[in-house]
Amino acid sequence: MPSYVDPSKCDGCKGGDKTACMYICPNDLMVLNVEAMRAYNQEPDACWECYSCVKICPQGAIFVRGYDDFVPLGGQVHPMRSSDSIMWTVKFRNGNVKRFKFPIRTTAEGASNDYAGQKGANLDDECLLLESNLPTPTKLA
Amino acid sequence: MALPNKPKGELAAVVDPEIVEHSCDVLIVGGGMAACGTAFEIKKWAPEGMKIILCDKAAMERSGAVAQGLSAINTYIGENAIEDYVKMVRNDLMGVVREDLIYDLGRHVDESVKLFEEWGLPVWKKAEDGSNLDGAKPAKTLREGGAPVRTGKWQIMINGESYKCVVAEPAKKALGEENILERIFIVKMLLDKNKENTIAGAVGFSTRENKVHVFKCKAALVACGGAVNIFRPRSTGEGKGRAWYPVWNAGSTYTMCAQVGATLTMMENRFTPARFKDGYGPVGAWFLLFKAKVQNGLGEFYANSPAVKEELAQFMPYGQSAVTPTCLRNHLMLNELKAGRGPIYMATDVALNAFLDAQRASGKDEKEVKKFWKHLESEAWEDFLDMSVGQAGLWAGMDIEPEKIGSEIMPTEPYMLGSHSGCCGIWTSGPNEDWVPAIDGPRSHQYKWGYNRMTTVNGLFTAGDGVGASGHKFSSGSHAEGRIVAKQMVKYCRDNAGFNPELAQTAKELADEVYAPVKLYNQFKDATTATDVNPNYVKPAGMMMRLMKATDEYGGGVATYYMTSGKLLNICLDLLRLMREDAEKMAAGDLHELMRAWENYHRIWCVETHIRHIEFRKESRYPGFYYRSDYPTCDDENWKVFVNSTFDPKTKEWKCEKVPCINIIETTPWI
Repeated sequence: MPSYVDPSKCDGCKGGDKTACMYICPNDLMVLNVEAMRAYNQEPDACWECYSCVKICPQGAIFVRGYDDFVPLGGQVHPMRSSDSIMWTVKFRNGNVKRFKFPIRTTAEGASNDYAGQKGANLDDECLLLESNLPTPTKLA
Repeated sequence: MALPNKPKGELAAVVDPEIVEHSCDVLIVGGGMAACGTAFEIKKWAPEGMKIILCDKAAMERSGAVAQGLSAINTYIGENAIEDYVKMVRNDLMGVVREDLIYDLGRHVDESVKLFEEWGLPVWKKAEDGSNLDGAKPAKTLREGGAPVRTGKWQIMINGESYKCVVAEPAKKALGEENILERIFIVKMLLDKNKENTIAGAVGFSTRENKVHVFKCKAALVACGGAVNIFRPRSTGEGKGRAWYPVWNAGSTYTMCAQVGATLTMMENRFTPARFKDGYGPVGAWFLLFKAKVQNGLGEFYANSPAVKEELAQFMPYGQSAVTPTCLRNHLMLNELKAGRGPIYMATDVALNAFLDAQRASGKDEKEVKKFWKHLESEAWEDFLDMSVGQAGLWAGMDIEPEKIGSEIMPTEPYMLGSHSGCCGIWTSGPNEDWVPAIDGPRSHQYKWGYNRMTTVNGLFTAGDGVGASGHKFSSGSHAEGRIVAKQMVKYCRDNAGFNPELAQTAKELADEVYAPVKLYNQFKDATTATDVNPNYVKPAGMMMRLMKATDEYGGGVATYYMTSGKLLNICLDLLRLMREDAEKMAAGDLHELMRAWENYHRIWCVETHIRHIEFRKESRYPGFYYRSDYPTCDDENWKVFVNSTFDPKTKEWKCEKVPCINIIETTPWI
């Protein structure tokens, strides 16, 4: 189900040196055609359809069309992702529509604790940060 | 001349790239769950001034196997005994595993999961009335003693769409953005010029600009996932991208470590998951959370039939477990398909309606049942939407509503990995503790040599899909293993403070090697009017199809229902030798294609180790994953051993050997 770009919505991330979709695609598929100032998926048969580009696009310009070797036309799954939840719209070939909303994160973006400045105790044992009294196996062979 | 023989991508490659040289103490190659664990943990142990660099082929926010998200965490020990976790993994992987590595992982993994929750990952909880609360509802955290929603004994449910973003954020913060290089694809690890069998650096290139990056380091972690698109997939058109495992995993971990002499283990192991047909959506929640069963084409729920029990009894002790090993479940499914009793269906309709009937039977009125159904339906769809949106898209296109009709499931093409329900990978040291067996002999026979998760090469570490003979880590275990490695690399650097890495090749020589496909392309591109058809070179896309055809037909792919033999395997090895030679003639006109060229080079090497190991092991250890027609049974008497292989970088020769497999945890009772 490769991603595709709606040319009426894509603005090439306003000519920045990299577009959001180029930044995020785990498989290096999204590229910007500088002359047209539009992004496109350069290798649709290598698209995992992970929706990373769809979720990140600031213009909502990226959609997914089902893999043409097994998905009948007409259905579509499209997300709207905010900072704490995601809303999915599932449109069926027969026109039915279902919507689902799920939480995605319980903390503010950027708020994760990286335990900066904290140090482990003893480099020569097997305990990691925040760990102590590691067990060893019982019920031995 | 308006010929079409021009580079295809937007970022053309030049013949002489710029060279950037880096020097650091520790190099982290990869940006997935394991590397994020290392990035988070390492500064907690590193002395002031230690230089640590991380290179990711993609962007850490969405890289690796968890890029899309996950709907469950499959390894959380919680209230269970770690010894029972070892027994479960041992049984699922047909007895041949490193119990020291598995136990060690089991004692660190929960801390990773508690950190994920603290960082913002929503973890489902059990409410007091026994109902399921999604992860945003107020409830005690895991650290505070909150009860997760267990599906199986080891799995817990999450709202995991942003799982990777949540885990990458503190990893990046902890390491410092200035130490993270994204879109750098490391393609070769480099040995020290003076000190035997010791890592000294790595080389790679940018997929965004014409730059080759050369690194010198004292210790390195290689954690770049498993191998995908190595066997011909069931969908060979656009759907080739809808691989079950992430399509960007190219076997780089195994190849790069093997090429510098790291011993590999259990490369014969593969994973052939049975998944929803074509969309490859997950089945775990359907089996465990929704209690769905599989039905053959005759409508029979065959899994508990007397014939099946008799079949499983042939594989003792593995077949007798309450949870049948994954490969044997495939084996039973394949028996149905081969007997013409396909297709196999997941009876989603039966399962969901059973829940509704139970609600009605408990006296709920239709309004309450409807409310319950809305929640249940949402849970069922979330399972796909969190981690395999394509499956939801397939259901939408096919007008499938799971409460009305079942969906076909099918064993996929084979994959190589070490963190999921597979265990191929690299032979590493276990913890340096008394309970880990002490063995005489070379490192390739030992269980510990001082630094936990160090490969047989000094200073070279691995984690996640990289560590062999220790599967069922999944996302959480891979992160925990990355944290283990972080501390060990710091310890290694402390103990080898005087070591001054020196590369055997100059930066220019390395750059020429990395950019060889670009040079070849530019040398010969004008010999043809069609850029992909040229007698002097082969394009990466064609090379990948050649590899997948050979493995499918001779190496036990879907074409033969996973059947191969010594004869077929040796034909496959001959074809691979030719491919390895021709891989030197891959051409790339742009940077994206250069990435594909190196990925395929990695794929070819890693598949060769797989085929070599299957050929060496004269039995069928994993019925349902692959079969050898010449040795069709699982032969515990002769083959309950590891197969380890080592490539000698000097002589370029492979050595395959049997290594004893030691049980650390009691074998009676087996489970």
